[in-house]
Amino acid sequence: MTPAASSFPFLSVLIFSPVAAVVVLSFLRSERAQRWWTLALTTALALFSLLLLPRFDSGTHAFQFAEHAAWIPTLKINYTLGVDGISLLLVLLTTLITPLCVLASWNYIRTRIREFMIALLLLETTMLGVFSALDTILFFVFWEAMLIPMALMIGIWGGPRRVYASLKFFIYTMAGSVFLLVALIALRLETGSFDLAATMGHPLADGLQSWVFAAFFISFAIKVPMFPFHTWLPAAHVEAPTAGSVLLASVLLKMGTYGFLRFALPITPHAVQTFGPAVMWLSVAAILYGGFAALAQTDLKKLVAYSSVSHMGFATLGIFALNAGGIEGATLVMINHGITTGGLFMVVGLIYERLHTRDLAAAAGIGRHMPIFTFCYGVFCLSSLGFPGTNSFIGEFLVLAGGFKVSKLLIVCAVPGIVAAAAYNLRMLQKLAYGSSKNPAHAHLVDLNFREIAMFAPLIAFVFWIGLNPSPIVRIMHASVMHLLQQANHTAVQVAALPLP
Amino acid sequence: MTTLLAFLPEFILLAGALALFVVALGDAQEKIARVVTLVTAAAVLLATLFTFNQQAVLFNGAFRVDPFSQFLKIAIAFGYLCLGLLSRELCDINGRTRPEYHLFLSFSVLGLLLLVSSVDLITLVLALELSSFALYLLVPMRRERVGQKVQMESAIKYLMFGIAATGVMLFGMSYLYGLTGSTSLPVILAQLPALLDSPLALAGLALTLAGLLYKLAVFPFHFWTPDVYQGAANETAGLIASLPKVGAVAVLVRLVSLAAPDNASFAMLLTGLAIASMVYGNLIALVQTDLKRLLGFSGIAHAGYALVGFVSLDDAGYAAALYYIVGYMLMVLACFVVICRVSRDGANVSIADLAGLHRRSPMLAVTLLIAVFALAGLPPFVGFMGKLSLLTAALAQGHMTLVVITVINSAVAIYYYLRIVRAAFFGEAEETAAPLKLNWSTVALCLLLIVGITGLGLVPAGVVDTISRSLAAIRYPGVG
Repeated sequence: MTPAASSFPFLSVLIFSPVAAVVVLSFLRSERAQRWWTLALTTALALFSLLLLPRFDSGTHAFQFAEHAAWIPTLKINYTLGVDGISLLLVLLTTLITPLCVLASWNYIRTRIREFMIALLLLETTMLGVFSALDTILFFVFWEAMLIPMALMIGIWGGPRRVYASLKFFIYTMAGSVFLLVALIALRLETGSFDLAATMGHPLADGLQSWVFAAFFISFAIKVPMFPFHTWLPAAHVEAPTAGSVLLASVLLKMGTYGFLRFALPITPHAVQTFGPAVMWLSVAAILYGGFAALAQTDLKKLVAYSSVSHMGFATLGIFALNAGGIEGATLVMINHGITTGGLFMVVGLIYERLHTRDLAAAAGIGRHMPIFTFCYGVFCLSSLGFPGTNSFIGEFLVLAGGFKVSKLLIVCAVPGIVAAAAYNLRMLQKLAYGSSKNPAHAHLVDLNFREIAMFAPLIAFVFWIGLNPSPIVRIMHASVMHLLQQANHTAVQVAALPLP
Repeated sequence: MTTLLAFLPEFILLAGALALFVVALGDAQEKIARVVTLVTAAAVLLATLFTFNQQAVLFNGAFRVDPFSQFLKIAIAFGYLCLGLLSRELCDINGRTRPEYHLFLSFSVLGLLLLVSSVDLITLVLALELSSFALYLLVPMRRERVGQKVQMESAIKYLMFGIAATGVMLFGMSYLYGLTGSTSLPVILAQLPALLDSPLALAGLALTLAGLLYKLAVFPFHFWTPDVYQGAANETAGLIASLPKVGAVAVLVRLVSLAAPDNASFAMLLTGLAIASMVYGNLIALVQTDLKRLLGFSGIAHAGYALVGFVSLDDAGYAAALYYIVGYMLMVLACFVVICRVSRDGANVSIADLAGLHRRSPMLAVTLLIAVFALAGLPPFVGFMGKLSLLTAALAQGHMTLVVITVINSAVAIYYYLRIVRAAFFGEAEETAAPLKLNWSTVALCLLLIVGITGLGLVPAGVVDTISRSLAAIRYPGVG
């Protein structure tokens, strides 16, 4: 099978359908119609994106479903799209999460439904664009444009400190990405092209590599966010509406790690080898810091937000381990974090909808009144702490195994973080499920309705499916990861065998 | 006949302006004046489109109609039409002088149309002054009322600085004339690059630029900007902020291209001006509360960005600067549309006044959002593509420091642009703030500008190509 066998512009359709849907949406008068239309469109898009799977050839690392057109010839900027095994998974994650976000906003968003749905759809466009773009400027356009709907979502529909959180999120990310832009222009002048594939193969002088890597690092590390750059994340997560938190955690954070995989590793391999150990130590710092900070939180959303910092630490740790286990584990962590943390934010959103508080103490004991809810909550908590049989276990195990090959000391240092993950998740679960409920506000609690079950069911299915049978997903990305390692010029390419259960 | 046809846009505008003069003689002719302006603007825009492919040299070589000038005339005519639509109410202009307002608006635009075609130093100064003097008169036309007498002060400031800048410019031109024995740019272009190693020629060229840098509000020539923006009526400030900058950049391209591409000291001078403008404008803008003053300081910063294109001293840079300034014209016009419509009875608008705009008028709020994010340089709007081409051009010539300072500046600038967005979208209106009713011309204007800002950002290929190709014209093929 040849790569790019399909002539149908799958990716363009995926990326621009939400924009087309916005046009229709702006003519819909009733709020009910607006919700249903967005749900229908995003669900249809999710199903449509599944069509990519059978057409995807996982035997090759080549970019598939490729599309190419001249965009701005004078500046040599092209409209180039394509996905490999890594980005395909992230595209699918995005399309599958978005309809769930619509469901999560069904009653949570009470004002300006139309505008909210427009922001959500535009966000989906930019997210899909980031993962499919193969032209560096096209990538940057989507990367930056994403800020606008997200900042509006936090700033308009967020909590009490929404303005502060929105501005902080915007300024942090923007400050990081201006350097990314300079790096992309410098690369264009060095390699003569904004084309990502051409840039990847181009040998760069060590000095330039260091500078370019520094620019990449600032930009992507803020997005991930890595340890010293993480302070925007708790603020943004806590204030964002549920759908915003879910998308932020599930997809937006992945853009940072995706950036490392797609840009830093192949384009600046020498700098990655030089600075990689330092980045790994920062990742361990994030695992520890995120874990222990989560342990101290009483606000449920903050707790989940700090756990995100910790989980994303695993992702960056795996990436910079620069071996097959590490990178495949990191990609799995990215997917798993999208599923699990997305689920946790939805759960917290439900508590907030019912109790109008996110305080752990105030929510203690709600499990007595809501058994189905508690089941869902339990699954996500166990997954979040990396319980064997759930999705996160596989990813974190691979990352740790990969990291172990690089430095035993490093992994030993990360272990307290894993213990902390068990502690904060079990503490949360124990309080919610078994805490003594004398709170009169709990008397009227109702369990999940059909919409809410529909929201969790796919995520729970994925938790167990990936947890028990991760090989289909690993198979999709395997060839791409191997090629990435070759590009990163590492000897570990030979260590291809996967310690899969 | 074809040569006269090439003069068609200016001719129509002149006829329109004369008609306005007649109209202004009578009393209470405001409505007629408005219609005449709109019809003239539409006709001029059509004429510029019609004469786009014309090439001619008129008036003994002083006036060139070439692709370069014609492209800019389209942009200016488009801006004129926008201003015509914007100046529907003119609530802060004294009722009796409103017809005159339209008259001077048209004369100012006429000056700019002549300016972009001028290739003789004398014509250039005349066109520049025609456009400037009309503006000097527009500023003090704002209505006097209790607590508002700044218009006179700003008018005097504008006039004094303007005349001083023109003086410096004329002084510089005398050097150019003394060195080359001609006032014709094509002749000067043929001789000057060889002479530019001498400090005298460099000083002459630099002083000549002063008059244009004043129009553009680049750092040491910026003092008038915030005060005039604040003192002039909203519509007048919208005019001053937009169209003259396009004209100034156009003439700067003609003049700067007199320098050889490898002239390091000239590049250094421009780099210094660009950095000073960006840093000064952005830092001061951070603490502004009046929206027009904020736009004034951000305008100084944007003039600095535009100068980044000139530093490379090559066609890629000039094309980037032109593209950027055309985009800037649209963005800043969009901001002023919102200011004019939000303003209560023509008063100045503070950032706090924008509170709850997304409820009061979603249309204006979205226009402001797009304009502000475009000014901040976010994709997919024209501000991003403009900045990208500026940075690419500067980096291609190795100006790394300048590029890094530019991007740091755009990161700083995001803060004050976000303050505007915060007020308009995240703030809530007071109880008294009624929804704003927009008339058809405002809605049309908003849509026109949104499409322009987004369209130029998403599909810039056509415009960028046109600009790049038109730059061949400033080498004056077949002359000198």
